[in-house]
Amino acid sequence: MQTSLGHPTASAILFFFIIVVITLGITYWAAKRTRSTKQFYAADRSVSAFQNGLALSGDYMSAASFLGIAGLVSLKGYDGMIYATGWLVGWPALMFLIAEPLRNLGKYTFADVVAFRLRQVPVRIASAIGGILTVLLYTIAQMVGAGSLIKLMFGIPYEAAEIIVGVVMLIYVLFGGMIATTWVQIVKAVLLLCGVTVMTLLVLSRFNFNPGDLYAAVSGKLGQTALEPGGLVTSPVDAVSLGLALMLGLLGLPHILMRFYTVADAKTARKSVLYATGFIGYFYIIVPIVGFGASVLVGREVITGIDKGGNMAAPLLAEVLGGTPFLGFIAAVAFATILAVVAGLTLAGASALSHDIYVNVIKKGVATEQEQVKVAKVATVIFGILAVLLGVLFKGQNVAFMVGLAFAVACSANFPALLLSIVWKKFTTAGAVTSILTGAFLSVLLIIISPTIWVDLLHKKEAIFPLKNPAIVSMTAAFLVGILVSLVTRDDNARAKFEDEKLRTYLAIGAE
Amino acid sequence: MQTTQEMLDSKEFKSLVGKKWTVSIVLLIVLFVTYYGFILLIAANKPFLAQKIGEFTTLGIPFGVGVILVSWVLTAIYVVWANNTYDVEVQRLKDQVRK
Repeated sequence: MQTSLGHPTASAILFFFIIVVITLGITYWAAKRTRSTKQFYAADRSVSAFQNGLALSGDYMSAASFLGIAGLVSLKGYDGMIYATGWLVGWPALMFLIAEPLRNLGKYTFADVVAFRLRQVPVRIASAIGGILTVLLYTIAQMVGAGSLIKLMFGIPYEAAEIIVGVVMLIYVLFGGMIATTWVQIVKAVLLLCGVTVMTLLVLSRFNFNPGDLYAAVSGKLGQTALEPGGLVTSPVDAVSLGLALMLGLLGLPHILMRFYTVADAKTARKSVLYATGFIGYFYIIVPIVGFGASVLVGREVITGIDKGGNMAAPLLAEVLGGTPFLGFIAAVAFATILAVVAGLTLAGASALSHDIYVNVIKKGVATEQEQVKVAKVATVIFGILAVLLGVLFKGQNVAFMVGLAFAVACSANFPALLLSIVWKKFTTAGAVTSILTGAFLSVLLIIISPTIWVDLLHKKEAIFPLKNPAIVSMTAAFLVGILVSLVTRDDNARAKFEDEKLRTYLAIGAE
Repeated sequence: MQTTQEMLDSKEFKSLVGKKWTVSIVLLIVLFVTYYGFILLIAANKPFLAQKIGEFTTLGIPFGVGVILVSWVLTAIYVVWANNTYDVEVQRLKDQVRK
């Protein structure tokens, strides 16, 4: 098939500019309302449940969700659905385990919760390491995705694309803080949900609005195996390990957890998670239809011909369904998706640097409002430049793999310490620090010696560690280390504060 | 009116915290069984999910969609319980604590 991918079309550029202009307009409006730290990091805790539900969806539905899952389903068939379900089941787990404590104990970052009754300095430093590592890995995935996407869509060189993303995103975060970032997420989530809904309807319209007819066409063209579970997960241990990372990784993603502080109270936070689960669930139910549609209407050879990873399946399908204008629209939506996620990640990374490290470690919690906002902005610029450099450095890496890595680190480094700090009276400062560091370094190490890197990238014969995803080992180790170290150390202060903490955790007395 | 210590020691507060975790753990178990059941079926019993339920549609497709729907319903159950039952009790206890 003839495609105009790689050649900038008037409609693609038009849609792209419309989106950038709208979001910059939002930033201009938000900038006038961003003065205090609370406004910069937490949008003044004034975001409504519905808005936050959309913003959470916006933060979570990254390019990996849209382009990645559509591509995976188009090339691998049914197996792509495993990722779709795995990325959703984290939301109820988040709700049941940490929603209230997270909202009631924290102020701006999840480290506020971990460090609540422990010694501030060591715990803040460790949490910042875990948090920043997660955010950086996630950012690299998004930046690499953005560069390749823009290069393919508009024909702009990869490095120039990185700089465009970096600059636009920095403008959002720097001037508009959390208020602008939230609205950018909302705009993006609505555009993405609408765009994918239209695509799904257009695909189904080719098959008499009957999914059965679509599956018949898939079976006819690619064989029945495309509709059956295949080789993506083989051994039960590997499958559960991947499942754990996908599910519990969410509970350690700093940019998602941070959204809990943008709403007024736990009640609003819960409602916003319900909205988010609805939007994201709906999205993951319809995205496979887009993937299957692409495998029939575009064809696997054409998809892999453009991009080996299959990431261009959805844009190619858009061109088949609605011509160049629709391609332009979907391209712009995909770009907005990445831009918004990177903005959210940058804000989370900057808050770890400025709120956790600068204010609470270096200044021991004493810093004026102006000073805090200034440091937050400097941290944002540092993080933005870092994102662009890493994006250029990691050019050509597999996006889904990098996201998987971020989830593995999140569920191993951040989640165990967060949960133990909330529920276990005897948890100590030493326990928290060792748990976070064990989770962070073990998960990274195990990924390096796993089949994915050791065999596929370094071309060694056999992997030292057999599992593709380390979560089952690294997360368990982080829990064990946290528990064992806490049992052999004493932290009387932390134990004494646990009871007071309970009133705040469960009754929100003293919550900010 | 109670002091914070009296509240912490009160039966009502302890039972509220207990109830919260019972609800959370029960729902979490249902979620784990649903999701890891699905994952283990994929890993260990592919032919089961490959069964045809329509002319071409496999059983795996409604199962995948089912996991997503169950997740949403579980979330909804928790939110309805927490916002209507738990929060009312929280407010009542909160008002009893001396500021």
